[in-house]
Amino acid sequence: MLRFLRGRLAQLVPTLFLVSVIIFLLQQLLPGDPALVMAGEERDPLVIEQIRRQYRLDRPLPMQYLYWVRGVVTGDLGESMRIKQPVADLVREKLPVTLQLASMAFVFALLIGIPAGIVSAVKKNTAWDWGANLFALWGLSTPNFWLGILLIFLFSVTLGWLPASGFVSPFEDFGRSIATTVMPAFVLGNAIAAVLMRHMRAAMLQAMSADYVRTARAKGMLERVVILRHALRNALTPVITLGALEFGTLLSGAVLTEQVFSIPGFGKLIVDAVFNRDYAVVQGVVLVTATTYILLNLLADIAYVLVNPRLRG
Amino acid sequence: MTSAADSPGRRALRRLLRRGTAVFGLAVVAGVIVLALSAAWIAPYDPLQTSFSVVRKAPGSAHWFGTDEVGRDLLSRVIWGTRASLSAGVISVSIALGVGVPLGMLAGYLGGVLDAFISRITDAMLACPFLILAIALAAFLGPSLGNAMIAIGITATPIFIRLSRGQVLVVKSEDYVEAARAVGNPPHRILVRHILPNILPPVIVQATLAVATAIIAEASLSFLGLGQQPPAPSWGSMLNTAQRFLTQAPWLAVFPGAAIFVTVLAFNLLGDGLRDALDPKSQ
Repeated sequence: MLRFLRGRLAQLVPTLFLVSVIIFLLQQLLPGDPALVMAGEERDPLVIEQIRRQYRLDRPLPMQYLYWVRGVVTGDLGESMRIKQPVADLVREKLPVTLQLASMAFVFALLIGIPAGIVSAVKKNTAWDWGANLFALWGLSTPNFWLGILLIFLFSVTLGWLPASGFVSPFEDFGRSIATTVMPAFVLGNAIAAVLMRHMRAAMLQAMSADYVRTARAKGMLERVVILRHALRNALTPVITLGALEFGTLLSGAVLTEQVFSIPGFGKLIVDAVFNRDYAVVQGVVLVTATTYILLNLLADIAYVLVNPRLRG
Repeated sequence: MTSAADSPGRRALRRLLRRGTAVFGLAVVAGVIVLALSAAWIAPYDPLQTSFSVVRKAPGSAHWFGTDEVGRDLLSRVIWGTRASLSAGVISVSIALGVGVPLGMLAGYLGGVLDAFISRITDAMLACPFLILAIALAAFLGPSLGNAMIAIGITATPIFIRLSRGQVLVVKSEDYVEAARAVGNPPHRILVRHILPNILPPVIVQATLAVATAIIAEASLSFLGLGQQPPAPSWGSMLNTAQRFLTQAPWLAVFPGAAIFVTVLAFNLLGDGLRDALDPKSQ
């Protein structure tokens, strides 16, 4: 296990380094003089000068990178041009909102995807199986911003049951917080539910054809006990660890969901930054998202090895 | 001896046509291609023609899908929108294929430092969530349909690098590759003539599924305002407008979204069908 961890951590360092290089180089895609582009339409000489100083644009590219990455390592992601606030503060302020949304979405995905996968495998080639597969196809093919708009039309405009937009912190008003996040969380979790359903179905089918399940059946156990206690227990752990990988996808999906439901989270931060040409914020958000994603991958890998003693080797 | 009538390609096609869902996918994809190519003749109105006498008209006999906030015919805009979506899907996946497959093949075949370098960059790119990287790229490149295609293409490239590298590693120790090497074929010839045809099936499957992802990504970028710019029709930007008129004109939200859904579903079904047809072992 220790060797596995060492190997995995050794891989992590070059990946993080390259991610930081890629994100730093994004700035080079700006057409023309980056300072002029970043300064916006007013082209205030003072602002241009500040940008040149902040990004050290007069230095060679590798030096610019070193200055930038030194800041990143010490928690300094630069400063937002528009809001005049450190990017790290903006990230700290917005990330919890997105994490709450993503966590609720993940719970939705588990609550829908896992039972659907089990039913689909247990009732293979029946109407249940086709229904579950149809659901998975629907989940994978529906753009989540469209689903969001349709749900707003149904539950907010037509029925008036739920607020169409906004966000309330659970510490402020728990009931309102749930009311504002239930629709976006469902929208965000929908596609992951489909992925989990497919994983769960495959894992259950595999478990149900395993020898220990055949033995349990041969001993005359009730089918329900065989499925719940033998097949499911073995099939569930790898699916949940695989599912953890999908948590990163939720951060991506949150961009659109937060836009549709006007939730002031991480996703809305990057979109607003894009339109304000606030490039330091864009870079900061991508960097934090990628790092979170890499760490989630690492945790999922470790969990996967922990629940599969055969892989520990 | 295998006759021409029973080539692997034909066998795969027969297996594909036996699957109802794959045939449905294929038919819808063909339909969307025809719509995109013949939009100029099929669309009943000019998609950019505004008319203030028919602003936000509900679907009816004159305008089957209704009209939008400036009186443009929604059906015509949805039909013209197939061009933006389909070209975004096909062009961005072509970029990803054109860059990803050669790089992946080189990494897999040559190994060593080049492989380590390409693989680490691939890992790093895959570590950035797809849409976030595409948004960042589109933001720095500037908002336009062309830049959105480039952004999506670059973002999808690492998937093809990883896939083709893995496939080359499997294929390169096969007897026929060893034989081709033994008789003195240069590496580029072995890669193009002997390895490429044998790694194509999984690449084709992945490409089909990637078109579906790319279409959703283009719609997402256009929805955010980073893709096709108004007034040019795009399903994503039409949904952006629709959200502002949800109370007065809900039909604006239904048709462009349904168009994305049906097209993406068709590519997904076709991709799943191709996977089963090209790799019978997976069944």
